[in-house]
Amino acid sequence: MTTAPPLRRDALRDPLARRRVVWLLAALVIAWPMLQLSGFAPAALFSPGNLQVIGSFLAGFLPPETSPAFLAMLGKATLETLAMATAGTALAFAIGAPLAFVTTRALSVSRIGPGPGRVQAGVMRQAGRSVLMVLRAIPEIVWALVFVRALGLGPAAGVLALAITYGGMLGKVYAEVLESTDTRPARALMESGSGRLAALVYGLLPHCGQELISYTVYRWECAVRASVVMGFVGAGGLGQLMDQSMKMLNGGEASSILLVFLVLVLLADALSNALRRLLA
Amino acid sequence: MSFALGEVGLVHPNGHRALQGVSLAARDGERLAVIGPSGAGKTTLLRVLGAALRPGEGTVRLLGEAPWNLAAPALRKLRSRIGTVHQSPPIAPRLRVVTAVLSGRLGQWTAMRAMASLLRPSDLEGAHEALARLSLEDRLFDRCDRLSGGQLQRVGIARVLYQRPALMLADEPVSALDPTLADATLQQLVAQSESTGATLVASLHAVDLALRWFPRIVGMRGGQVVFDEPVGHVTEPMLAALYASEGGLPMQARGEPLPVVSSGPFATGAAIPVARPDCL
Repeated sequence: MTTAPPLRRDALRDPLARRRVVWLLAALVIAWPMLQLSGFAPAALFSPGNLQVIGSFLAGFLPPETSPAFLAMLGKATLETLAMATAGTALAFAIGAPLAFVTTRALSVSRIGPGPGRVQAGVMRQAGRSVLMVLRAIPEIVWALVFVRALGLGPAAGVLALAITYGGMLGKVYAEVLESTDTRPARALMESGSGRLAALVYGLLPHCGQELISYTVYRWECAVRASVVMGFVGAGGLGQLMDQSMKMLNGGEASSILLVFLVLVLLADALSNALRRLLA
Repeated sequence: MSFALGEVGLVHPNGHRALQGVSLAARDGERLAVIGPSGAGKTTLLRVLGAALRPGEGTVRLLGEAPWNLAAPALRKLRSRIGTVHQSPPIAPRLRVVTAVLSGRLGQWTAMRAMASLLRPSDLEGAHEALARLSLEDRLFDRCDRLSGGQLQRVGIARVLYQRPALMLADEPVSALDPTLADATLQQLVAQSESTGATLVASLHAVDLALRWFPRIVGMRGGQVVFDEPVGHVTEPMLAALYASEGGLPMQARGEPLPVVSSGPFATGAAIPVARPDCL
């Protein structure tokens, strides 16, 4: 047996250790003023006066309203909300998917080599990315306010608002998911002359299809929730119903509506799981 | 002339110099094995020949074209005539074997045909024939993530056989195969080159395989071509010098004598004891 040579002291020093400590401290230094700025003081929630206010507010929600007339209205509003979320997400997909296809670096032919047209392709990608940024920079509620003015009260305004904002989000995340997956299969295909679209469906989608589906269904779920907020500004559906109930201080109706939300979210979850299993 | 490299030099973006002053040319239908210690630049050389890497210095001509002077569509067309067997096959794991093999011709297919073939494989006979040559036809409808490393490597080869390129490049094509399969697989690559007139360039780790299957041997070391000789002119001292830093010759089948004359720089090519199982 030979003995190992004595270790030099700095041989075992992790070169990343110092950088990690610095970043951790920086994160704390940045986060603290943020908490201060946002007036975050959880203790206020539990002061006796506030507890009572919250308690009586919540007590007003019981029992949930179950009269047939209200349930009929609820059913119609639920359908409206589902239609709004589904149509909005479908349109958002139609906007986001092509933009992701244009902007993702994972499908860049000109980067192989690098080959001809690299500058134009870079400009194109950047332009696409800017479009996505503008689309998602303005909150859907603002779009909804605009469209309610233009199109009148009802779900149509909500659909358009969702399509625009969510199109921007879907496009951005699609492009990034495609880049963070294993891009070698697609690159190998493009290196043997395949087109971008073929490289996408043969090289990338088999790998990250699940993730894209899961994110899309999650966005649909978000759209269901967002449609509530937009309902408050007159875009129809459960949100508008909720707005009326709250204005009339009818807690029972509000809690029935919230229960429907719970069911919808559960539904979205089940749908997402089923689709992922299908693709696994 | 199938390809011609003139004084090609390449420095990777990380500053590592991979090729220096490499001049190499081959006629149509020629078969070359590139051997050398790991890090010699074999993979980089193959990627330059595959129009996947653009060298900073020197001239490249592939299949009668100067790839880096071509416009994007012509370059794509050229790439579709070059097939590469990658060392670790870049195949999306959820793809079925049949789809993975058919994807070899994506460069020749229209986007429409590519999409349609994803739903219903457009050339089952072709895929079956390519797989049968590597005795993998019974895995036609299996998913690629159900295959062993050796089977996946053969799917990568079947893809290139199906592509029928004019220039076949193979980067360690049999590294995951046992000696018997490695021989049978190289035989198929050679047979394809003989029947289609395609030029075959393979980098091989196992020196005995290179000497057995290839009439021309290119020895690389440190990014340079050290020798480029007909197999009959390759001597033990040349090989020993090539692998001096490795401490011995890497071989597929240990214990068997190398099929080279043991000394003399210009031994006659007539008396090569090359045992080719198919005796072509």
